[in-house]
Amino acid sequence: MTIAWTVYITFAGAIAALLLPRTFSRWIALLTAGAGFAISLYALFGRDFELAHFNTIVQVPWVPALGMNYHLAVDGISLTLVLVTSITAVSSVLFSWDVTERPNEFFFWLLLVVSGSFGVFLSADLFLLFVFYELVIVPKYFLIAIWGSTNKEYGAMKLTLYSFFGGALVFIGIIAAYVNGGSLDLNQLAQFQFDPQLQRWAFPILFLGFAVLAGIWPLHTWAPTGHVAAPTAGSMLLAGIVMKLGAYGGLRVAMNLFPQGFQIWRNWIAVLAVIGIVYAAAVALRQRDLKFVIGYSSVSHMGFVLLGLATANVLGVSGAVLQMFSHGVIGALLFAVAGRMIYRRTHTRDLDDLSLMELNRALPFAAFVFVVASAASMGIPGFSGFAAEIIILIGVWKTYPLAVWITGAGMVLVAAFTLRALKQSFFGTEADARVKNVKRVTMLNEATPPITFAEKLGAGLLIFTTIAVGVYPKLLLDRIQPAVEAMRFLKAGG
Amino acid sequence: MSYLELLKLASPEAIVTLTALLILAIGVATGRGTVVAGVSPAKPREGAAGKAASTLICTLAAAVGLITAIAAIVMLPPKADLFPGMLVISPLDSLFNVICLVLALLTILIAPRETPNYGEYIAIILLATVGLLLLVSSEELLMIFIGLELTGLSLYLLTAFDKSDIRSAEAGLKYFLFGSTASAFTLFGLSLVYGMAGSTGLAVIAERLNTQALSPLLFAGLVMTLVGFAFKVAAAPFHFWAPDAYQGAPVSSAAFIASGSKVASFVVLGKIMLVGFRPIQGSADWHAMVAGWSPALAVLAAFSILIGNLVALVQSNLRRLLAYSAVAHAGYTLLGLVAGGREGFSATLFYTTIYAFTLLGAFGVVALVRRETGGDDLQNFAGLSARSPLLAGCMAVFLLSLAGLPPLAGFFGKFYLFSVAFGAGANHGLLWLVVVALFGSLISLYYYLIVLKLIFQTPNVEKFGASPIGHSALSRVTIALAAAVVLCLGLAPQFLVARILAALP
Repeated sequence: MTIAWTVYITFAGAIAALLLPRTFSRWIALLTAGAGFAISLYALFGRDFELAHFNTIVQVPWVPALGMNYHLAVDGISLTLVLVTSITAVSSVLFSWDVTERPNEFFFWLLLVVSGSFGVFLSADLFLLFVFYELVIVPKYFLIAIWGSTNKEYGAMKLTLYSFFGGALVFIGIIAAYVNGGSLDLNQLAQFQFDPQLQRWAFPILFLGFAVLAGIWPLHTWAPTGHVAAPTAGSMLLAGIVMKLGAYGGLRVAMNLFPQGFQIWRNWIAVLAVIGIVYAAAVALRQRDLKFVIGYSSVSHMGFVLLGLATANVLGVSGAVLQMFSHGVIGALLFAVAGRMIYRRTHTRDLDDLSLMELNRALPFAAFVFVVASAASMGIPGFSGFAAEIIILIGVWKTYPLAVWITGAGMVLVAAFTLRALKQSFFGTEADARVKNVKRVTMLNEATPPITFAEKLGAGLLIFTTIAVGVYPKLLLDRIQPAVEAMRFLKAGG
Repeated sequence: MSYLELLKLASPEAIVTLTALLILAIGVATGRGTVVAGVSPAKPREGAAGKAASTLICTLAAAVGLITAIAAIVMLPPKADLFPGMLVISPLDSLFNVICLVLALLTILIAPRETPNYGEYIAIILLATVGLLLLVSSEELLMIFIGLELTGLSLYLLTAFDKSDIRSAEAGLKYFLFGSTASAFTLFGLSLVYGMAGSTGLAVIAERLNTQALSPLLFAGLVMTLVGFAFKVAAAPFHFWAPDAYQGAPVSSAAFIASGSKVASFVVLGKIMLVGFRPIQGSADWHAMVAGWSPALAVLAAFSILIGNLVALVQSNLRRLLAYSAVAHAGYTLLGLVAGGREGFSATLFYTTIYAFTLLGAFGVVALVRRETGGDDLQNFAGLSARSPLLAGCMAVFLLSLAGLPPLAGFFGKFYLFSVAFGAGANHGLLWLVVVALFGSLISLYYYLIVLKLIFQTPNVEKFGASPIGHSALSRVTIALAAAVVLCLGLAPQFLVARILAALP
């Protein structure tokens, strides 16, 4: 089946970008990412396979001595995440069209992240999944440490060590499943009855290991610093793809293999998720760096994903998957505006400085995109964020009514910090300047480079996606829901 | 048994020995420069061209000899046993003899040919290789000790070979003093074991020990034997020689100490423990420790992992850093033996093999950078990617494999080791050791990334000039080969795992 080619093409593209002359690398990257996008769209509409179960695409023995297989499979959940990965990949290539410093290495690492993520979403073998999962760590480090900005070495190292720490926890959980279940095949293990005593300790280790990447409170602190330090494409990949890896792993591996452990611990996950939503939103309210605001908003939005997973009902979990998709698109869009459209032109992300620059008149297109992205992020109906969050909250209402109230308060905070960031970055007024007793530095008169075609294209793609899914979420939900219903933790729960 | 037959079965060792003698003769015949300690080497008597020709002949002769020896191993009968246990031919021994020979060959290829007295240098490497072959292919304590000594003495010489460098002399002396003390302990331990079991053959020892309880005397013998091997594989707290030897020795000597010598030591350590001392394995399970060699090795492993990784964090010299990371890796490798059994031994053998190739390649890069920039501190590697993308890429492969990241061999090796250790014992009793090892890996990622950051990031290449590192095609090919091995064994570990598992009884 075609969708496996997303992995191969992206790997091949990464190597081609590294080895061929520099002038071609961005075109190779765009072609590769575009091919991945086309393939996943074809898979979405092609309907040439059934998406309700985790259906095998490829299965080849890899290390028969230890029972490892090269085994790829796909269902509605995987497909949704492959789609968001490819969309983010295309737009992040477009938003790094101006990378001139060692472009071939840059696109090599970027495509490695993308291909590793495709691999994670499609793996049906625990070892293979872990290989892809760990494969993503190092490229992130180099992307940030070499091409990053503010405090890049600290951010890169922190991100990498957190990821690796999470990976170590995952590793223990995976070995526990492997040694006790006697297999590495996810579909076989999903049938296996693990000892409840084992599930009690293996589930939290495994889930927490994955959740580190999903930005679970209090292990989320890598996310803001990492996002801020990363180059634009890096932040887009982190928000759009990498944080989803964690949530996906938690769902596909931890919850599906250890349903009883999940039942024991899910209240705690819900508590952490709610704290994450409210806490991150409150912190975002006080940030001065625009990227920090968006970084914390990512943590807050991912809190919804974790909350949805913790509900253990079809609506909540489906909503969580939809939210992964939605946040992937919206987060990427926000970072694109902050990192590429604003920072590359003004060389500052400080909200106080930006408020003096009359950016809404200097960069009207950027202002338009940021308004749309903010609206989507706040959960205005018509955008994908609203569709996902409302489904999650309906699901949560069934299990944790109290959490809905607290989360509702959290959503007000989200709206508050988003509006604050929007106003200060683009719509600073004469009054602000007078209060602060400084002169307005308009960007109008300076030679501000106009928004390029590549940027418009990338932003257009992301905006179109979030509106399309917001208006017609059924497109994805029809594919997600049957796959969620097939998972066994729903049956084990009550 | 006729001598002819004996010679046939011992042909690999014989071929390597003859090659060593031949090269020694060539080296002596083609003018050795007189060297005074502390002074740069005097000019050779012939012109540079003559010297280059003679070193080339030495390299070629060594390569031909080693390849012939590999061919001889392939042609040996699959199973034979000379003088019960003294010289054994089995699939496992043949496999690791081949690996040791390949490692020796790669070491010779990365050795800089400007080394004074190049012929002697190569001859000593070959003699050490003979020691490794004997070590691997014997199941008898006396022969094992002879193998240990032959390897050890050659390696002491190799360490101290650079007479113009005082650090090399210091390293050699330190290595020698530690090594001979450890050998004395081992010999004493072996004699105690012999006294208790009445034989030096591993199979017989296992049989005799079956009927004995673990007496204090036997335990003393066991621990003393372990001391010698812990020294050989540089496990903490017997690792103090390693940083100095790795840093001070000529780079290719250090590479051989870290690769060939280590592989052979792990093979023979595994044999002694899992064959000879099988009845007194004990158990290292948490809350259920049973006295024996398994808990002793577990403690060594835990110490090595923690000390190696923590001390490596603060090193500013790459070779010293690699030495401390070698201590940590000895700890990981011991995990398989602690777990015991066929699976455990197989995991240990796989890991030590890929580790040897990784470190050989890493030292190869160090050698080239050192020749170009005059040192091997971390700063000397700054901006390497701008000067030589190939070397930088290979170094990234080696270091990331050491850190245990996919798709490199180190990742699979660690997965294999840790899953075996986790599965061994009742009720996951070795989980504590796996957690220590994972924690150690987490620490190690930090210092490997610091090195890689310097290599790939720092833009101030002006300090050492932006000139590409050149004129060493052979070394570069060898390094690329090692990197390819590390990558391929990561992508297709089945290639080696299946062979090891098939060779293990």
